[in-house]
Amino acid sequence: MTMLQVIFLIVAAVTLGAAVMVVTARNLVHAALWLILTLFGVAILFVLLSAPFFAVVQVVIYIGAIAILMIFAIMLTRRVMQDVGPQYNPGWWMAALISLVFFGGLVWMLSSWGGFSTPLPELPEGIDPLQQLGQALVSPDAYVIPFEVASVLLLGALIGAITIAWERG
Amino acid sequence: MIPLSYYLVFAAALFSIGLYGVLARKNAVAILMGIELMLNAVNVNLLAFWRYRAPDGIAGQAFAVMVFAVAAAEVAVGLALVISVYRRRNTVAADEIDLLKW
Repeated sequence: MTMLQVIFLIVAAVTLGAAVMVVTARNLVHAALWLILTLFGVAILFVLLSAPFFAVVQVVIYIGAIAILMIFAIMLTRRVMQDVGPQYNPGWWMAALISLVFFGGLVWMLSSWGGFSTPLPELPEGIDPLQQLGQALVSPDAYVIPFEVASVLLLGALIGAITIAWERG
Repeated sequence: MIPLSYYLVFAAALFSIGLYGVLARKNAVAILMGIELMLNAVNVNLLAFWRYRAPDGIAGQAFAVMVFAVAAAEVAVGLALVISVYRRRNTVAADEIDLLKW
């Protein structure tokens, strides 16, 4: 077992533990803090996948924006759902069963696939993935249309969010 | 050397945990957190497949960027809906928001 594998296993264990705490914590503020730990673990995995740009984006967008937005929403709606009373639906055991079956099915399906344990290939020499990505996102031959559609979607969603949450009169 | 299977099993576990959160939690904000976990699992998969199966291509990274944008849009609209519902009905429990149910 190499050093990288040990690092991966530790990070993965901490991330999955934090994810379990996100879905089981009674106190929603605690759940949001566990969510931040989970997102941070995923950012470390992005670094291990040699995608440091995505690790930075993960920290800035997910932790910096989405998690903070979650905490705002929790605090704005806190009075009605105190930490007493049931936090789960009556059929939570069925949800757990479905999740376990889903996980087992996924792992079974993936392990029967030939490329399941592909070893790590070398990154191609002389190409900067980040530069390649930046050019692909604005090149008409590649992803400029999806990129612009995503921008318009984001704009529309933000305007829609303001309209929905606007307090009239 | 980490084989691809580590990332795939990790992403499958993260997705299943998020699925459990979405199905079992009562609070609408907690359901949104479950969705965030699932989207993160998708991103791990996209980047892992890019790195292991097509490191000279760009599709995996481009789609991960799209997932980031969609996640930000989804959480903004979702939380605006939660706050709006809270103002009108004074609840954020998903099973009490049943105006459209018959």
